Amino acid sequence: MAYLFQQILNALQLGSIYALIALGYTMVYGIMTMINFAHGDIFMVGAFLCFVAATVLGLPFIPALLLSMTGCALLGVVIERLAYKPLRNAPRVSAVITALGVGLVLEHLTLVFSPYPRHVPALWSSATWHVGGVTLSSLQALIIVLSVLLMVLLDWLVRRTMLGLAIRAISWDRTVAAIMGVPVDAVISLTFAIGAALGGAAGFLYALAYPVIDPYMGVIVGWKAFIAAVVGGIGNVRGAMLGGFILGAVEIMVAAFLPSTYRDLIAFALLFTLLILKPYGLLGQPRPQKV
Amino acid sequence: MTENRRQMTDKAGTVKTESPINKSVNGMNASDIILEVRDLRVRYGHIEAVQGISFEVRTGEIVALVGANGAGKSSTLRAISGVLPFSGEILFEGQPIHRLGSAAIVARGIAQVPEGRGIFGNLTVQENLKLATWNRRDRRAVKDDLRHVFDLFPRLAERRQQLGGTLSGGEQQMLAIARALMTRAKLLLLDEPSMGLAPMLVREIFRILQDINQAGTSLLLVEQNALMALKVASHGYVLETGHIVMHGTGRELADHPRVKEAYLG
Repeated sequence: MAYLFQQILNALQLGSIYALIALGYTMVYGIMTMINFAHGDIFMVGAFLCFVAATVLGLPFIPALLLSMTGCALLGVVIERLAYKPLRNAPRVSAVITALGVGLVLEHLTLVFSPYPRHVPALWSSATWHVGGVTLSSLQALIIVLSVLLMVLLDWLVRRTMLGLAIRAISWDRTVAAIMGVPVDAVISLTFAIGAALGGAAGFLYALAYPVIDPYMGVIVGWKAFIAAVVGGIGNVRGAMLGGFILGAVEIMVAAFLPSTYRDLIAFALLFTLLILKPYGLLGQPRPQKV
Repeated sequence: MTENRRQMTDKAGTVKTESPINKSVNGMNASDIILEVRDLRVRYGHIEAVQGISFEVRTGEIVALVGANGAGKSSTLRAISGVLPFSGEILFEGQPIHRLGSAAIVARGIAQVPEGRGIFGNLTVQENLKLATWNRRDRRAVKDDLRHVFDLFPRLAERRQQLGGTLSGGEQQMLAIARALMTRAKLLLLDEPSMGLAPMLVREIFRILQDINQAGTSLLLVEQNALMALKVASHGYVLETGHIVMHGTGRELADHPRVKEAYLG
């Protein structure tokens, strides 16, 4: 029983990181119907900014987190303006190829800066609690609480604010949104900034939880988070969160109760079965025909 | 016909001795004309959909732009709203707006009821209306306006929490008009407000449009339903394959044999 609770905690930790990354995919897809395949590498940059903050700059926790988030937000906007905006009316596949290219550029720029894996020192003198055979570190608690906080904040932003209204409107019909006076370019850039900031936060938390980082770390994690977004229903904010937690849970539970070499095999077989049953994802809906 | 129009505006142009800020207020002719379009051209690749048209809307007037499918009516409205590249000049209240972005154009006071209504199906009725107030900072006045449009369209008030995509065609058209009103526009551009609606609904929509006009908003109305549009318009222009081929008062055009034959059946 204690073992199960322990695994649930681990699943929540991993799941919240997947969920944060998945949000970036889903937001960009929602507003542009484009998969930003560079997003996993933005996550990686967030982890390296955490490393820089912890070593070179010697920043405490909160400023270091803000550095990762704002750094990635700026990076997201620059990528959108330079690489994606000129392709907004080009065929989708051009934008997707460009995104893959941007990802490679980020990986290899980081490789120049850091050709070998780095160890991220603890930013947080983590306390550990033992409750009935379950071990909870304060870092683990912090990762879960902070992620959930960011998700609640984002959900509020998308559902309750004028910016969120504009994001949802643009995702339905960009031209009509412009006709209604919405500054479409600015809102799209802001959406990229928010998605990238969440990716940066995920990279930061990931670097603290799993403190060996390298320039290719974003590839696999990014793919997994992308799949999480699709399982939840890509374009749907709550779906991305749900998908992230489901993926985290499946991965941890398979490794905990089955031979761990089969982890990814079984985890993804399960997720694909889910997609066969719900092709638009758990919370995604086929978009009704416009009248 | 277009030549006459252009001469008139040239005269208006010579009045500009005052400071540029007051120009539109002091220049008599300029303040009379709320929208002036000069030599507008819109291209889609090799096809020129609008081939150099000029027209104007006077303050407080309803102007109809009628013509068959593909005559360039929608392209004209989209160009005015700033969502389509074009060449030519567009003046709103005497000020050039053809270099402004669509958001700035809405802020100046031009709103559009787009073709096919353009309702955001994923937003509620109330959210559709709120979106149109993006440029406004007067939150209290927005609340008053919301109450006002719900008075004007009680059906929308009943459905304010419903998603736009669940409304009927007539309700969507009302929402599209209400949404344009929420921008506090001085000029409404209406793209085929009668499209796909039953005759009774069309009459109701036109009655509402006339009420809106009576309350002081100028209207530029694009219609295939030429008779209905020309009936309520003080002036009309007939568009054919990107050219203005006829111009006159709404009554003149509605009675013109050629218009009757071509558009009124």
